[in-house]
Amino acid sequence: MSNPLLNAQHLHRYYADTHAVNDVSIELKQGDILGLLGPNGAGKTSCMQMLCGVLAPSGGEISIKGIDLLDRPNQAKRHIGYLPDKPPLYNELSVDEYLDFSARLRQVERKQISSLRQQAKQHCGLEQQGKRLIGHLSKGYQQRVGIAQAIIHQPDIIILDEPTVGLDPIQIREIRQLICALGENHGIILSTHILPEVQAVCNRVQIIHHGKSVFNESMQTLKQSDQLRLRLQQNIDPSELQSLHAISSVQALNENLFLLSGNQLEKHLSEISQHCVNKGWGLLEISLQENSLEQIFVKLSSADTQQHEKEDAA
Amino acid sequence: MIFTLALRELRSLFLSPLAWIILAVIQIILAWKFLGLIELFYSLQPELIKIKSAPGVTDLVVAPLFDFSKIILLIICPLITMKLISEERQNGTLHLLFSSPVTMTQIVLGKYLGALLFFCLIILQISLMPLSLLLGADLDLGKFAAGLLAQFLNFAAFIALGLYMSSLSRQPGSAAVATYGILIMLWIINVAGSANTGESNFFNYLSITHHSIQMLRGIVQTADIAYFLLFSFVFIVLSIRQLDAQRLQH
Repeated sequence: MSNPLLNAQHLHRYYADTHAVNDVSIELKQGDILGLLGPNGAGKTSCMQMLCGVLAPSGGEISIKGIDLLDRPNQAKRHIGYLPDKPPLYNELSVDEYLDFSARLRQVERKQISSLRQQAKQHCGLEQQGKRLIGHLSKGYQQRVGIAQAIIHQPDIIILDEPTVGLDPIQIREIRQLICALGENHGIILSTHILPEVQAVCNRVQIIHHGKSVFNESMQTLKQSDQLRLRLQQNIDPSELQSLHAISSVQALNENLFLLSGNQLEKHLSEISQHCVNKGWGLLEISLQENSLEQIFVKLSSADTQQHEKEDAA
Repeated sequence: MIFTLALRELRSLFLSPLAWIILAVIQIILAWKFLGLIELFYSLQPELIKIKSAPGVTDLVVAPLFDFSKIILLIICPLITMKLISEERQNGTLHLLFSSPVTMTQIVLGKYLGALLFFCLIILQISLMPLSLLLGADLDLGKFAAGLLAQFLNFAAFIALGLYMSSLSRQPGSAAVATYGILIMLWIINVAGSANTGESNFFNYLSITHHSIQMLRGIVQTADIAYFLLFSFVFIVLSIRQLDAQRLQH
């Protein structure tokens, strides 16, 4: 795990006078599923395009498995699978033809193509669609073909730009499962502005705002909770709860709903619930109050984008 | 890799009705012209016998046919080349190519070769008509080959120009119009140079017609070949540079 799969340092990108990406560094290790979050126009797509060589950065370095992307693009790009926000499909080709072409582009050996194509189709649920023309497929299936194209050469790094846009809820679930499954053996970077999606699949989050990286934490840290919701059948005096040593403060939200604060409360859950049972308070609910990504996101994004993103997240 | 790209291009062409319609239309129009030329040759034959070293069937049928086909192909060429890069950009498939381990040179050459292969098919289709004359007449195969070479070089130049225009624009339509404009301009540019002055030589040199007319007569000159090769080379290099520049600028 010592060498990161992808290491991008101090990326800058200017569009005329606009500083679209400003000193963003991204690191990806094997098994990482990195969620790139940000309001519209934050610079997510520009970042991803730079990472896979579609866009040349104005400044900064990108190395892929230790190979410099700018110096030796052809060697480096072999390890990348990229799905742009609009799947790059040739509508007149059949799914099989298209996937074969994608594999050839990635310099896959002729002998391996058909088995790799089968695998990619299986991963993306496209077994039945091989002979169909891409132009005739529904949007969801086209999106799957786009993902199949990105994984056919079994790259170490998969970069997906808004992979679930325009899909129905079932398809979204399937794609998320697929991403989780792929994440076991690959490094994945995924951009989205749908917050629950990040919570569902990613194990690391990086938020980009106005071209800058403003937040970069693992999901694990996000999940660490210092607040607990407790709902009881009886009305009790909040001070009775405070006797527990793990709890530093108690706030009564209403008569029988309390918000407990303390350090690493998840380790003390059984202790607290045992206490409630022993006292015969009638424990109805005990749940960790996770740091909501949405809260962080909204806090970090400026006021004008808040409304928009809440709508998206809803 | 270049070949993979070229074959994909060719395949996409033949999967759309456009390629088939073009082949059919060319065949119908040129066959009509061909018949007309043979008719003319027949009516002239009694006169021709009287003349010493009279022009043969190659001069009276094949050369005019090739000359005429050049005009038809001038009309068709931008229709094929306009989509080469601009359509990929419109569909977002250019990102697939850019994120794959292929160089810009390979992308451009692949597309160029794909279009060139299609036009080779057209040349083959056209040349079958004169070849059928071999059944009953003597064809000057040297002149015939020179005619074919002229066609090929013309296309090679047209496609390179069309490819470059396609790399400049997002809309296939504007790429086509720009290609038409430049091709027609180069076609007629030597009209300005009918007088024998210094400038007229220069305009003559620029003109496409000036360089292909000799070849159709069977005179193959290095200068003419160099003109077409240079023309193609310049626009291919410009296309590569254009694609590279787009990665840098948006």
